[in-house]
Amino acid sequence: MKNNKTLLSPEERKLFGDLMPEELEEVLTSGFNRRHFLKLMGLATSGMLASHLIGAEQLFARAATIEEIPDLIPEAIENGIHVNFKVNSTERKVLVDSRMTLLDTLRERIGLTGSKKGCDHGQCGACTVIVNGNRVLSCLTLAASCEGKSVITIEGLAKGSELNPMQAAFLKHDGFQCGFCTPGQICSAVALMKEAKEGQASFITGDIRDQKQGLLLSDEEISERMSGNICRCGAYPNIVDAIKEAQSGKNVEQNWLYAG
Amino acid sequence: MLLKNENAALLGGGTNLLDLMKEHVSNPNELIDISGLDLGAIKQSSIGISLGATAKNTDTANHPTVRKDFPMLSKAILAGASAQIRNMATNGGNLLQRTRCSYFYDIAMPCNKRQPGSGCAAMEGFNRMHAIFGWSNKCVAVYPSDMAVALSALRASVRVLQPDGNLRNIAFDDFHLLPGSQPEKDNSLKRGELITSIEIPKNELAAHSSYIKVRDRNSYAFALVSVATGLEIKEGRINAAHISLGGVAHKPWRAFKAEAYLKGKTPSQANFRKAAEMEMASAKPLSQNKFKVQMAENCIVKGLELALKG
Repeated sequence: MKNNKTLLSPEERKLFGDLMPEELEEVLTSGFNRRHFLKLMGLATSGMLASHLIGAEQLFARAATIEEIPDLIPEAIENGIHVNFKVNSTERKVLVDSRMTLLDTLRERIGLTGSKKGCDHGQCGACTVIVNGNRVLSCLTLAASCEGKSVITIEGLAKGSELNPMQAAFLKHDGFQCGFCTPGQICSAVALMKEAKEGQASFITGDIRDQKQGLLLSDEEISERMSGNICRCGAYPNIVDAIKEAQSGKNVEQNWLYAG
Repeated sequence: MLLKNENAALLGGGTNLLDLMKEHVSNPNELIDISGLDLGAIKQSSIGISLGATAKNTDTANHPTVRKDFPMLSKAILAGASAQIRNMATNGGNLLQRTRCSYFYDIAMPCNKRQPGSGCAAMEGFNRMHAIFGWSNKCVAVYPSDMAVALSALRASVRVLQPDGNLRNIAFDDFHLLPGSQPEKDNSLKRGELITSIEIPKNELAAHSSYIKVRDRNSYAFALVSVATGLEIKEGRINAAHISLGGVAHKPWRAFKAEAYLKGKTPSQANFRKAAEMEMASAKPLSQNKFKVQMAENCIVKGLELALKG
């Protein structure tokens, strides 16, 4: 992106000056980035680019050339640490600031932006990923503590074009609305299947002392066990249906229909 | 390392510490990751069971022996946080959680726990979630752990490695502190000490124990009131009652008065109610949490009923 420094055309500069004045300085010093692009898309859909068509066209073309963030320069980091770990079956060696979370590392350094930053404080579950088989919050995990571990994110669940059964069930049951919490919900639900298979208990499990494997979870059990994933749109009933279908392997009736 | 650098902190699961760092409430300049230490075992001990300090909460709650012999502990752990957090959080770290008082978390507000001498904003502020027992004019915060409430009822102890290499045992009642004049001190650990395990003695409570938790939403919320109860019943009478409350004080609140009253009595609804009333008689609610007194009384009765039923 540094290649784009101060290279705005007069039309592009006018567009920013008129419509996104607060962004102009940033674009001039650190280039046109994905966030600017999204803002531009917002303006386009609301019809506000009509008077800046040439600048907009140039910027959209520029967007196609947005590069991934280059490797950090070791000297620029106060306390850099090389972490070797596996992400979705790919071995990675990443240089990170020792304070960097796993979430920021996945998103900003590896380019896997499926895992979402919702609250960044361990309260919403949008950043849920699977580390060594267990669901964890990547916003409260330091990348430096992941040496030698195996991380699975939403990007690693499908096999090529074949969706993971949980992904397919979420689609079938419309287990989302805005979709922001969905990668976390799905990663959480996939790990939940393993927990149920192992016979892990929950707070509402009837008799804790009665230990069985291969649990088939009720709606209430699914809700309790998924309580770490908040859905602001309130798609909970559909999420429960999706998990129930994926867990039981049996068809669960869709509770929604297309209008008309 | 902890002694050499007084601003260093130990990192377990990070579920509380990292959050506190992001809020600039905790500002260590060095983190020492202790997850690699060999302290993760959950095993039988000469007195009962030993829970390693770095064992995860999930693994502890689901350990076959814990589920069979200490179901109250499993239940308490599973009442706390979410599956993701329990997969990360360690047993030692659970005991060392800081309060979730919103004024402690808000660095723009006075808080004697965070900034000794700055005052307590909760005292006259939003204190609905706060203490009804044991608070001081310096601090009215409550201690957030569910697990610790069960450990208190189970008469556990905390095993600690001292800097000179010797171990010491701290009885659970002595581990967490009331706020007194030094609310910045949550517990009796000294600088340089490391929790190595939590020790629980054998008991005969498994068939007669319960953990209940009342909160603002059904799951994934801190307790308004919680209670861990266990009854040891011999020949139709209560040989020993184990009752600890959560969400009401700066530490797990052992209901000594209720426990003493019930010893030797028959396990009846009337005796449960009387014991609960005796315990709650000394409660000192704040401006916004008077409801907790009746709630805690009812929770004790309900908990004892559930424990009796098994």
